[in-house]
Amino acid sequence: MIRTLLRIAITSLRRDRVVQAMTFLLPVIFFSIFAMIFGSQGGDVTSRVNIAVVDEDHSQGSERLIGALKKEPGLRIRTRTRRPGEPPDTARALVSRMHALELVKGGVVPVAIVIPQGFGAGFGSFSDSVPKVELLSDRADPVAPHVVSGLLQKTAMAGAPDLMAKQGIGLFEKYGGPLTPEQRRAMDSWDTYLRDSAGTSSGAGGDAGGGGGMSQGMVPTRIVDVLGEQKSSWLIALTAAGIAVMFLLFSASGAGGTLLDEVETGTLERLLTSHAGMGTILMGKWLFIVLMGVFQITVMFVWGMLVFKLDLLNHLPGFFIITFFTAAAAAGFGLVLATLCKTRQQLGGISTILILTQSAVGGSMFPRFAMSEQLRAIGRYTTFNANALDGYEKVFWREAPLIQLWPQVLVLAILTIVFLTIARLLARRWETV
Amino acid sequence: MEVLKVAQARKSFGSIQALDGASLELRQGEMLALLGPNGAGKTTLVRAIAGRARLDGGTIELFGKALDVSGGAANGRAELGVVPQDIALYPLLTARENLEVWGRLHGVGPRELAPRVDRALEWTALADRAKEPVKRFSGGMKRRLNIACGILHEPKVVLLDEPTVGVDPQSRERIYDMLAGLRDRGVSLLLTTHQLEEAEARCQRIVVIDHGRVIAGGTLNELVEQTVGASRRVTLVLDRVPASPLPGFEAAAEGTTLVTQVRDVATELPPLLATVRGAGCKVLDVEVRSPSLHAVFIHLTGRDLRE
Repeated sequence: MIRTLLRIAITSLRRDRVVQAMTFLLPVIFFSIFAMIFGSQGGDVTSRVNIAVVDEDHSQGSERLIGALKKEPGLRIRTRTRRPGEPPDTARALVSRMHALELVKGGVVPVAIVIPQGFGAGFGSFSDSVPKVELLSDRADPVAPHVVSGLLQKTAMAGAPDLMAKQGIGLFEKYGGPLTPEQRRAMDSWDTYLRDSAGTSSGAGGDAGGGGGMSQGMVPTRIVDVLGEQKSSWLIALTAAGIAVMFLLFSASGAGGTLLDEVETGTLERLLTSHAGMGTILMGKWLFIVLMGVFQITVMFVWGMLVFKLDLLNHLPGFFIITFFTAAAAAGFGLVLATLCKTRQQLGGISTILILTQSAVGGSMFPRFAMSEQLRAIGRYTTFNANALDGYEKVFWREAPLIQLWPQVLVLAILTIVFLTIARLLARRWETV
Repeated sequence: MEVLKVAQARKSFGSIQALDGASLELRQGEMLALLGPNGAGKTTLVRAIAGRARLDGGTIELFGKALDVSGGAANGRAELGVVPQDIALYPLLTARENLEVWGRLHGVGPRELAPRVDRALEWTALADRAKEPVKRFSGGMKRRLNIACGILHEPKVVLLDEPTVGVDPQSRERIYDMLAGLRDRGVSLLLTTHQLEEAEARCQRIVVIDHGRVIAGGTLNELVEQTVGASRRVTLVLDRVPASPLPGFEAAAEGTTLVTQVRDVATELPPLLATVRGAGCKVLDVEVRSPSLHAVFIHLTGRDLRE
């Protein structure tokens, strides 16, 4: 008896591609995505942090430090840049403090290092009066400033040991009396050795100097949150957006599935004998899903505002712009899935796989700042979520002017048009045969 | 007067020839039954008339005007109403709401919509259930509403694909009364059905289609004449078995029942009864049966299963 029941179950599974994909393919896809996210954190291939460096000191010490930072494999350094709007043939200027602020605020780099005037003179003196290196940081990526701070300590130690030694001896002479001529000669010979060996040592203190606003370590540093320390609801906004976008996709595909219900019940056939053509029917469905999506996301954010103190009221115009275009693209996506699938069951399986995969890569499940740059790029170019979330981040975190939302709006608008065109073409199978 | 004329309609789906030169005419104010076994081409023909199937060849005329047979449902079909075989209603909407949305979708203006919906609710005997979601309705109620939604724009020609499938006899009666009411108002109806008795009783003319071709058409009597012939079957039940076989009769198994065929009941039946009495038997019961549409249908389409 059990054998017969087993036979029924196995035969059904063998003939149901959707269940097979959900059972065997989806876990593998998810495993791969999370392995890519977490694997890049602690594996052999460490993701590189993009940073800008501002040299306000122009001393030997600051230049040596920048040189050492450039050799650091964990960092990608930008010391010169071109301002937005400048023609490509314009020579790149040195990054200034103001420009570094713009780069961090605009999300181009998560951290900018500002080496202040007087840094070189006091380098390695361990004195509280030495000007602190500032790490202008974007709290949207809370990990990057600490990584950069640690690497800065390591680099300073390994990149300019001669200067550190000189400062140390200087302090010794100040408080313990001058060196003897023999000691001076020995120091000079060590100085040459240390200078030559700079950057070749693996260094010590790679994990030194963690903690916000710290001044410990070889290089005293101070983390400055350039987007305003008073903002406490940014993570709530990003979480709300991430979850909202993922569930929007589910609801959009579910609502798109009413098209399949209409095929099954015969109402689509009847609609097609009425004055409504297939184009009108699709537009009607699309508009409904858009309105439902806008309402759904609004409910989520209003709840966030009421319960989690999300600052929605001060960001309403940007919120509605991004929400509308996000819902528009999601509605198109739902219609593509519905017109692609033949049954509700097929739609359920395919949409689950696609939406969960997109959401994982696109940042709805896991913050994108924790992903490798490669995965972030994949997310940006292949997922709908990443672009929508970038838009919400600009509105709620960067407080960007509305005009700066154009890249996300453009991508979402193009996706909407592409999705609707595909859905219209696929829906031809239900028209006159 | 012909209101709808289909001539030489051809349509194939891959290697399957669904319509192979089918032709029919629907006259003003008549109810025409389109009969045929499963897969004979009935639904394809109805869909082609409704503009939902693109014909490979042939013509369709509605009130003398050629319809676009290459698809595009609404083109020139304003006078056409279509009632699909499926219960094509929105189950979560009430009866009134369904009538309203389908009326609007078929071009009924907002001003004339409300009175038409009220009339439709009366016509379908659903006025007292107008505010209930359709999902709570019985099969018969849904069928009636399904028909009403297809005629709210007051078409002059209505196509009905199996309008009484799956409903009880009472609902069938009600539906045919509704259709008769439409016909009385001058609406012409073409309906497909497998209910031969209903087609026989309710329709003025019958068209039989098989393998994509119309193989017979006319009134029931005409079909009978064309196929099984007009002889009536006479069955006599006697009080006892005759002593010897009576000429002209076939005896049934038990021997007290005799069967024969007559063309003219009035002139041929009295001599038959006299023969029985002459043999010393008493006639307990007489049954005279006309040839049925069922017999005609089987004669035309055979007994083989169609799947």
